[in-house]
Amino acid sequence: MPRLRGRIVVPGDRLPPEVKGPEEYLVRIGDAVTPAVVGLLESGSKPSFVPLTSIYIPSPGDVVIGLIESQGVMNWFVDINSPYQAVLNVQDFLKRQYNPAIDDLSRFLQIGDYIIAKVQSFDRTRNPVLTVSEEGLGRIVEGKVVEISPAKVPRVIGRKGSMVNSLKELTGCDFLVAVNGRIHVRCPNEDLEAISILAIKMIEREAHTTGLTNRVKRFVEEEKKLRGV
Amino acid sequence: MTVKHAGLRLIDEKGLRHDGRRPDELRPVAMRVGVLSNADGSALFEIGKTKVLAAVYGPREPPQRHTMLPDRAVLRVRYHMAPFSTMDRKSPAPSRREIELSKVIREALEPVVIAELYPRTAIDVFVEVLQADGGTRTAGVTAASLALADAGIPMKGLVAGVAVGKVDGVIVLDVDELEDSAGEADLPIAAAPDIGLITLFQLNGVLSRQELEEAVEMGLSAIRRLVDMEKETLRSSVTVMPGE
Amino acid sequence: MSTTPYKLPIVPMIKKQSYLSLYRKGARIDGRDLETPRNVRIETGVIEKAEGSAIARLGNTQVIAGVKIDVGSPFRDTPDQGVLTVHAEFVPLASPLFEPGPPDENAVELARVVDRSLREVGAVDLSSLAIRPGEKVWMLWVDLYILDHDGNLFDASMLAAMAALLDARLPEYEELESGEIMVDKSRKGEPLKIDHRVVTVTIAKVDEYLIVDPTLDEETIADAKIVVAVDEEKRIVGAQKTGGSGMTREEILKAVDIAGKASEVYFKALNEAISKG
Repeated sequence: MPRLRGRIVVPGDRLPPEVKGPEEYLVRIGDAVTPAVVGLLESGSKPSFVPLTSIYIPSPGDVVIGLIESQGVMNWFVDINSPYQAVLNVQDFLKRQYNPAIDDLSRFLQIGDYIIAKVQSFDRTRNPVLTVSEEGLGRIVEGKVVEISPAKVPRVIGRKGSMVNSLKELTGCDFLVAVNGRIHVRCPNEDLEAISILAIKMIEREAHTTGLTNRVKRFVEEEKKLRGV
Repeated sequence: MTVKHAGLRLIDEKGLRHDGRRPDELRPVAMRVGVLSNADGSALFEIGKTKVLAAVYGPREPPQRHTMLPDRAVLRVRYHMAPFSTMDRKSPAPSRREIELSKVIREALEPVVIAELYPRTAIDVFVEVLQADGGTRTAGVTAASLALADAGIPMKGLVAGVAVGKVDGVIVLDVDELEDSAGEADLPIAAAPDIGLITLFQLNGVLSRQELEEAVEMGLSAIRRLVDMEKETLRSSVTVMPGE
Repeated sequence: MSTTPYKLPIVPMIKKQSYLSLYRKGARIDGRDLETPRNVRIETGVIEKAEGSAIARLGNTQVIAGVKIDVGSPFRDTPDQGVLTVHAEFVPLASPLFEPGPPDENAVELARVVDRSLREVGAVDLSSLAIRPGEKVWMLWVDLYILDHDGNLFDASMLAAMAALLDARLPEYEELESGEIMVDKSRKGEPLKIDHRVVTVTIAKVDEYLIVDPTLDEETIADAKIVVAVDEEKRIVGAQKTGGSGMTREEILKAVDIAGKASEVYFKALNEAISKG
């Protein structure tokens, strides 16, 4: 029987003063500590607070999956599932000088395209700037992108990658789990793709329960049997 | 326009109110979160016949960039009554009352929202009164508090509100429309009990210093109960177990 | 939609520190203690064409109130009562913060707080304003005009409104055979029947200090304000917390007590102006 991985705590609840967790979601007033969002208080030798919801704030070095939203003269504006819209400069994409008179931006990236990019800079005074000029970055040309709450990303990855690795093994798919809550899924066939997406949604939904890795395994195996793959 | 119901008795000989409640009794309360799919957070709050829906969008880039603040998110709040929410149809155009209440509700939420985490963004709170039977502004605060928490907006604590009133010389909790229009005073109050702050406070009517203190006490004790209910609502909204 | 204020006067940090260090000693930059309003000057009858008028000066803040009176139809639910309407205009000449345009939420809030403070206690006897009950009643328009904004528009506006109402005279009129009411505004008749005199006392919370009648600088550094309406018997006839911070229960109750005492200064100025008027 799955149980809660801890106690659900909500804003205003008192947490033990020695609690560890993301500081932006812990409010300290004097000696009192309260969670700023709904989350789990995992007790053990060291109590820790795990938010069940979070808002993605870019940080330089983050690998994110972005969606091209609009196009400027010299850049694209990219939705990165954050309050802040990101910018991708054309020069960065082309890796050469760009001439608006000759080059047509929509030949390279179109509105609605997904890209894998790295956050180059962000300090909350200006919009985040992305780069794609590194190995493995650029336009996504195959597979699917699944969106989950950024708070559940650690659970999809699992301890030392255990969850995502077991998914890989079971399905033969490839997963890129970006910190902004978007997951790029590439699978050998459509059935495995569908199973992978359902499994990811299951992890998101049940992130706060125990025994999840085993349940996900069972789910994938049963689905594979049902679909005959 | 206030209608004074001359000769109407609002407290009977047993000390009970026109709907049978004791002076310090709330009407039946219902809370739900996540009731809308598009909004980042949403809540429905009902107290008696009063029904209020709140939705939160954001933090997001505000459409008017000049409204951005460099060091925090701006909170934008709209309190609005549906045309069918009242006995006589309410014009959907924003009234002066709605303009004022949007402001006092915003100011009731600002003390708990940790806006400093999201500079240059806007957090939008839309409060729609679906049915009005007294206490709609404070119900709006309660619904908004739930919707903000549901949206994952970081908060120092939850807020709830209630309207205290004076009818037939008695201080009563959670006045409905009849008591509000016929009573001697109406004191809408909202607070964040976990951080010890009253965040909305209005008095329409006449009270002595003694009565004012009594009304504040009565309101705050009900608000503590409402905030506890908000917490339970949020807890049960995330503790959906497999198979449920 | 109500938005977090994004256009505010800047008060240098160092100034806030100096205000706070003075508050700690119970004093303020203009020589007042924390619980005393600024110098109040009220003058009535300043606009001859209005049926009643007054200018209230609270330190450098100046508000003019005009009362216009016309004949109109009563509301259906109060057929035997006159109609009182309060309106406020933050005219751009009063402050660099004011923009031309329809009243914003601050102007609406101000007008509604003044309106409620008058209405809830029955300051003006509205039933004395019926000419032919159910058909013709007097309509009172109280228009508040902010001329110079140096903080605490609530108290200055309330004083101006109250003084203008006390100054107002109903125009003479004749009832024609057709039933029509012919108003002759050149002839001033009876004063309005004012049953209660009301003032508001605004108290700002700056850190842990509660200060009466804040200047604009003080409002800018304040966390929140509470406006308390008080009548001459010191009953509380209205209240409103305003501003984006909360206040504790103790602060609110203390502010109510302070308001009672500070109201004496306002009533003294109001009553003197009226007896002189």
